[in-house]
Amino acid sequence: MEKFTQHIGKPAVIHRNNIDTDQLIPKQFLKNILRTGYGISLFYDWRYDQNGKPNPDFILNQPAYQDATILITGSNFGSGSSREHAAWALIDFGFKAVIAESFGPIFYMNATKNGLLPIQLPKDQIAILATATSQDQIKIDLIQQTVAFKDHVFSFNFEEMYRYKFINGLDDIAITMTHEAEITDFEAKLPDFAAPMPGDMAKSAIIETSK
Amino acid sequence: MSKSQTMFDKIWNQHVITGEPGEPQLMYVDLHLVHEVTSPQAFEGLRQQHRRVRRPDKTFATMDHNVPTEDIFNVKDVIAKKQMATLQTNAEEFGVTLASVGTEDQGIIHVIGPQLGLTQPGKIIVCGDSHTSTHGAFGAIAFGIGTSEVEHVFATQTIWQQKPKTMGIHVHGDLKAGVSAKDIIMALISQSGFDGFTGYAIEFYGNVIDDMSMANRMTLSNMVIEGGAKMGQMKPDQTTFDYIAGRKYAPKDMTAAMKYWSQFYTDDPSAFDKTLDFDVSKLAPYVSFGTNPGMSVPVDGQLPEPKDDNDRKAYDYVGLKPGSSPKDIPLGYAFFGSCTNGRLEDLEAAAEILKGQHIANGLTALVVPGSMAIKAEAERRGLDQIFKDAGCQWRMPGCSACLGMNPDLVPAGVHCASTSNRNFEGRQGSGSITHLASPQMVAAAAIHGHFIDIRKEAI
Ligand code: SF4
Repeated sequence: MEKFTQHIGKPAVIHRNNIDTDQLIPKQFLKNILRTGYGISLFYDWRYDQNGKPNPDFILNQPAYQDATILITGSNFGSGSSREHAAWALIDFGFKAVIAESFGPIFYMNATKNGLLPIQLPKDQIAILATATSQDQIKIDLIQQTVAFKDHVFSFNFEEMYRYKFINGLDDIAITMTHEAEITDFEAKLPDFAAPMPGDMAKSAIIETSK
Repeated sequence: MSKSQTMFDKIWNQHVITGEPGEPQLMYVDLHLVHEVTSPQAFEGLRQQHRRVRRPDKTFATMDHNVPTEDIFNVKDVIAKKQMATLQTNAEEFGVTLASVGTEDQGIIHVIGPQLGLTQPGKIIVCGDSHTSTHGAFGAIAFGIGTSEVEHVFATQTIWQQKPKTMGIHVHGDLKAGVSAKDIIMALISQSGFDGFTGYAIEFYGNVIDDMSMANRMTLSNMVIEGGAKMGQMKPDQTTFDYIAGRKYAPKDMTAAMKYWSQFYTDDPSAFDKTLDFDVSKLAPYVSFGTNPGMSVPVDGQLPEPKDDNDRKAYDYVGLKPGSSPKDIPLGYAFFGSCTNGRLEDLEAAAEILKGQHIANGLTALVVPGSMAIKAEAERRGLDQIFKDAGCQWRMPGCSACLGMNPDLVPAGVHCASTSNRNFEGRQGSGSITHLASPQMVAAAAIHGHFIDIRKEAI
């Protein structure tokens, strides 16, 4: 994960509520087995017509917005399915942050896992940011936890642990494995009538030794 | 005296490895379910970092989203084929048990978890799929996660989570014939709004829940995510225990297990952060009309006036008029299946209505059992024949037309009565228009070519 302390970038405003993950990235693009390459399919059904031709009116098709990095949107952004492809597509397009009135909970998590900064601001502040054009810039400061636009400075909250990871560009698994001894202790305490479960422990051990 | 606790608190507290309340805590995961769509990038990540699956014995995989239901063994879509082959290879390489396409345990992940006895009370269960909430019906904490989290669970068997608030929904009264669990959850979502449950873990309780079968409890838990909640639970009781006993991966010592499971209940409703009272006595069957599950109305009601641009856009998409009735929706398609209503009991409910009847002229109806085992049992009971005689197509198990990721697509502009859980734009195929309802309602609608009030009108 890249470090995120401060970002100055161009906003793109799609001021709608309930933009769900099917709109962010329709399911026909979920069959890929990689993590990249989804940016051109972001907002697919709004961006392209039935024949796959770009709709020139859609903001992300306009030349002025090709380098947008901050998405300004309404409430309940990213509701719907758990597909992480929604976050990957936004990142692949070039977005570094999404500023919304509220987020679908799974999307919010997915964004934080991938270094896409989800910022929640109240409706009236979103309304102000929504006036931004391709001529404007927005400055996000994760150290100060502020969003600056024209002469406005808005403060936002971001959970301390996530902030630590963003600022230091850390991978979750590495952080978690500093607790490995506690995990192992916990496993030893699990109730012993636990059901016989499938799975081949031997095979998984081989992977580890091939390190 | 110690403060009273919810069932959720009890299970949660038991699983905390580290971290303080109010912050993300490291939670142990007892069961990790896996499917072909949200796992390849997670396995890819493990391989890149030379990591292993920590507990393959707590991990179970299947294929469901991409599976073609007409001929499960003949995957024509090359990308789907690749995704399925990738899971096969990954499962072998990492030692994960896989119910591969066409094998006896295969099916929709949220159907087979319970069916195999893997889903049990008191567990924390995760899957890279938002409808993992389904497993909460067993008194487990079960929720959907993203692919990075899938990778994290593979590598560590744990997950960082911030404890949500709890909401108790008291479901009581006298549920009338023709009204089902699906109608309860659709009514709750439409009354609380599409994101009315956001931030809460739901627990359903009350006489209606006590009397409910596991299949119906799963339907309720399945759809809490449509109201914005990641988790929805019920207290484990004798119905739960009886369902689990004797299944493939059920505990060997059921007596000890039941004793252990019986500790999971809410001390009293004051322990919830919020409660909601829901009397089902006057509840009518529900039908969705718009582009999120909150946009639903009773079948004898009217489509409401749009409140904002989002509503207007939804009306444009579905091509319906405010003030009209769900009975006026011209249906071209009916879909029976999905992790919401693809279980044996759901198929039976639909078959009972379709028996001796025929679906409307020009209507296409797909019946897709939730798993291979359900398909086999339905055939043993002759349900397949009832559906076929009624003019429906009887398919192999998979997610099918719940989402258009496989060849089962509803054509653009066609209205589909569907037993699934989501009616987002294009969900069942580009331009398709989904109307969610219970299996009974969809069966009756398929016969008439439009919805009817099955409480009042002759089928
Ligand atoms: S049946 Fe539908 S909702 Fe359920 S897991 Fe499959 S695609 Fe998801």
